[in-house]
Amino acid sequence: MQFWIIQGLNSLSLGGLLFLLSSGFSLIFGLMRLANLTHGAFFMLGAYFGATALRSYEGLNLWVAALGAGLAVAALGGLFERLVLTRLKSNPLGQVLVTLGMSFIISDLCLVLWGGDPIPIPTPPSLSAPTRVFGFVFPTYRLVLVGCAIGAAAALYLLLERTRVGAMIRAGVDDMQMARAVGIPVTRLFTLVFCLGAGIAGAGGVLGGPILSAYPGLDGDMLPLALIVVILGGIGSLLGAFVGSFVIGFIYTFGTALFPELAYIILFLPMIVVIAFRPQGLFGRVGA
Amino acid sequence: MIKTIAFAIFAGLLLVLPLAAGDYYVNLASQILIAAIFALSLNLLVGYGGMTSLGHASFLGVAAYACALLSGRYGLGHGPAALISVAGTTLMAALFGLIALRATGLGFLMITLALSQVLWGLAYRMSNVTNGDNGLSGLTRPAPFGIPLDNAASFYWFALIVFAVAFVLMAVFVSSSFGSSLKGVRDQPRRMAALGFNPWMIRWITFIYAGFWGGVSGLLYVYYNKYIHPTSLSTTSSAEALLSVIAGGSGTLGGPVVGATLVMLLKNYASAYVERWNMLLGLVFLFIVLVMPTGIIPGLRKLASRKKGASQ
Repeated sequence: MQFWIIQGLNSLSLGGLLFLLSSGFSLIFGLMRLANLTHGAFFMLGAYFGATALRSYEGLNLWVAALGAGLAVAALGGLFERLVLTRLKSNPLGQVLVTLGMSFIISDLCLVLWGGDPIPIPTPPSLSAPTRVFGFVFPTYRLVLVGCAIGAAAALYLLLERTRVGAMIRAGVDDMQMARAVGIPVTRLFTLVFCLGAGIAGAGGVLGGPILSAYPGLDGDMLPLALIVVILGGIGSLLGAFVGSFVIGFIYTFGTALFPELAYIILFLPMIVVIAFRPQGLFGRVGA
Repeated sequence: MIKTIAFAIFAGLLLVLPLAAGDYYVNLASQILIAAIFALSLNLLVGYGGMTSLGHASFLGVAAYACALLSGRYGLGHGPAALISVAGTTLMAALFGLIALRATGLGFLMITLALSQVLWGLAYRMSNVTNGDNGLSGLTRPAPFGIPLDNAASFYWFALIVFAVAFVLMAVFVSSSFGSSLKGVRDQPRRMAALGFNPWMIRWITFIYAGFWGGVSGLLYVYYNKYIHPTSLSTTSSAEALLSVIAGGSGTLGGPVVGATLVMLLKNYASAYVERWNMLLGLVFLFIVLVMPTGIIPGLRKLASRKKGASQ
């Protein structure tokens, strides 16, 4: 029983992390029609930023570090979008290739700057004591992490559905030409959404740090999971990213725990089933 | 006429290369030939079919692993091992095609990337089969018709023969009427469907054919290196091939060969001085896409036709 509950919680916390990664990916894809393959690298970069900050300033709060790393990655993402991606507006394939090239550059730079050894990110001391609920012992940090993801989901939902900027983004997703025609500054929205997505990924890297730590290859481990989440949930759908994240979180965690060698094959299955019966994904409106 | 003569001279030079050059260059040439077959097979998808795959390394890697396992661990002869691994890879391509071709465009790209990443992860984690990060070593090269391929020159000639066959068969494929329908599906899928063609089937057959040649390049790859590691399945490996296709010029027959040559030369020379191949690869990607989006061969062709126009 303890095994199932603990693994269930691990699944939830991995799902939460995946949501922080894939929601931005999905938003960017929905608005910009851009498969941002740099996203895993943003996550890793955030983790390294956070780890470095926490290492150099004793007693720095994890949340402050996450916020700072998120902002830093958002700024870098914005630069990349402004300087490179806007030049390739009419060339979607070129954009994907550039993001791929950028991900190689970032991951190699991280290897140069931070070396090959993993850098741990400590769990905040106030959250390192386990929580007891109904006689079961839970690692507190993981519970908090799930809360963070749900909070981020709620914030994103409110942003998209309840604010003026959100309405503009939705208009851009639905009909770019029309949105431009009625005077919505779509180009600026692109930058905004790209920064937002990159920032969430970067902050997610720090928040995932106490579980995953920062290591070379983190990007390559996370990006495929995010891709599968987005394919599963439906590209461009926030709800899809949310549901998909937790589904993949569960499948991957239990797969790894029960059949360690086959975990990757088990990941295949839900993706194949969804692609076979609903190629646009569970909550996607249109195929990519 | 000039073209034919130039081609004949070039082919002749390729044939006699081992007589003139040292082992280092002959080995480099073999690697280029292997990369060229791989890039050509990807070009069938990217250039002629309009299907940009970021998971083509799956076919190279799986064929290589299958061959290494069958001949190394299970003691199968080289002939049957090669046949089974290429046949298995082709079958896998048929399966992957069924999945990936549910989508087109960026969806296709993401699915192929996800599938290949899953295989890459498997190669790392299933260490009792693949030996994980250590890779499989101690493999041997085959000796077709009793001719051992262990020295650089004989392997080069073997690779050259395979390359020539692959090049001709892929050229025939794209210039056939099927190839025309493939290009039709790339440019106007709905019109092709209205004309009674089945775009999906055309794409699927192409995907399988490309997977087959990807598998063949994987065989050569494992014969050449006598060693196989999960990196052969990595995104870097797929990306190198995609870069070769795009740098050389997708949708041309010469482009991927030129591109593969450049990428391999760059990889070999750069890695002799700096260890940062991935960074360089990324920078070259940015450079090519931003500066030379149509690739080298179409760029040169445009230049030539402009010159012709000027002289007339």
